Amino acid sequence: MKQSGAAGRLATLRLLVQRFAFLSLIVASVALMILGKADILLIEHTRTLVADALAPILDAMARPAATIAQVTDNFHELANLRTENARLKEENAKLMHWQTVARRLEAENQILHENLNFVPDPDPAFVTARVIGDMGSAFGQSMLLGAGSKDGVRKGQAVLTGEALVGHVAEVGLRSSRLLLITDINARTPVLLEATRTRAILTGDNTQRPRLSYISGSPTISVGDRVVTAASGGAFPPGIPIGVVSSVTDGIVRVEPFVQRHRLEFVSIIDFGLGGILPFERPPPPERRRRSKEE
Amino acid sequence: MKASVWVKMDTWVRHLVPFGITLFLLLLTAIPTHAPGFSGIAPMLPLMGVYYWAIYRPDLLPAWLAFVVGLLYDIVAGTPLGVNALVMLLVQGTAASQRKFFLGKSFAVTWWAFGLLTAGAIGMAWVLISFIKGRALDVSPVIFEYLMTLSLFPLLTWTLARTQLAFLKEV
Repeated sequence: MKQSGAAGRLATLRLLVQRFAFLSLIVASVALMILGKADILLIEHTRTLVADALAPILDAMARPAATIAQVTDNFHELANLRTENARLKEENAKLMHWQTVARRLEAENQILHENLNFVPDPDPAFVTARVIGDMGSAFGQSMLLGAGSKDGVRKGQAVLTGEALVGHVAEVGLRSSRLLLITDINARTPVLLEATRTRAILTGDNTQRPRLSYISGSPTISVGDRVVTAASGGAFPPGIPIGVVSSVTDGIVRVEPFVQRHRLEFVSIIDFGLGGILPFERPPPPERRRRSKEE
Repeated sequence: MKASVWVKMDTWVRHLVPFGITLFLLLLTAIPTHAPGFSGIAPMLPLMGVYYWAIYRPDLLPAWLAFVVGLLYDIVAGTPLGVNALVMLLVQGTAASQRKFFLGKSFAVTWWAFGLLTAGAIGMAWVLISFIKGRALDVSPVIFEYLMTLSLFPLLTWTLARTQLAFLKEV
């Protein structure tokens, strides 16, 4: 192909502009990383804004996926009906025994509460939201939820499924929010070993089983111990079940969460009136704090 | 000959297909699959889109659109903003600059090169995120993600090639 001098120069110029654009895009992404590391509000606002815009599409796409999952689940259940039935019968027998014990304890507890003029915990308000986005990235464990500040979701609130803790709300947009799972590398949850009342911090590391760190004292921890939330820091109300200790090797204690991530379709975002996990914001009001310190 | 408005519009819409498909792949990755074990290690589908179009139609998914795809990926996945933008940008840049090498080569060569490039891309994302978070991340999910991405490549390439034939044969 023949090219005149002018056209040739234009092509060179064009190439130069392209190179320059490429370089400036590289600089822009590095700048974004640095800005993001500095935790400025602008970045977070941009994130939530875009997430809000994508939320309706993601929501629409999540619904058929959930239906397909239900259908395949049904087939699985049909195939395992017999063994499942046997297991449930056995479990039922065990639970019947527990029910008797619980009834007795409940009656006893009620009498004690009356004798002590105990002030009961207020019933928390909650919002139920659909999981609309789960990128399943190897670099972080978070999900997008289809409820935001207009539904009453606020940063730091605890997210539960059934009775178990899933994580907390890390970012809130108008109609979507980001749930940070307890297994994420950034997640730190104050916990309590239920039987020994030992305090520790549950530290996520992007694996399915987060580990316990900063264990107070030197207790004997054994596999199967239940782990629940602790009230320290006023982040979560005490006693929400999290999981059981799954392994103790070389001083590293790992916890198997009760939550099965792939089963999450709806979650409850609960407002306990506490500050939640929010290190950089105003601490919760003192009277609430005092209450949460009692166990 | 001057093309009519309709033909222009048709061409314009067809030219949006590569970006649209890559965006669709991104949203597809974000769907909660409800499959056990899968939720931690979804394949990087948008990366394949960026790679494919960088080789076969770099004019329709240029560097800045790869950057936009990366930014959206960061926002949806919750990774630090800028990490995947940089990764996608570099994958696009590398693939587009070597595209003459790929054209007319067998599929195995494309796959092999994709393996190399993805290893570099995921490795770089790992280094960047570890650096930003201040500690080394667990490697095993990253390797699984890599293998998953690599094994889905033939299927995706077939789909993308079909799309290209259907929409972009003449424009």
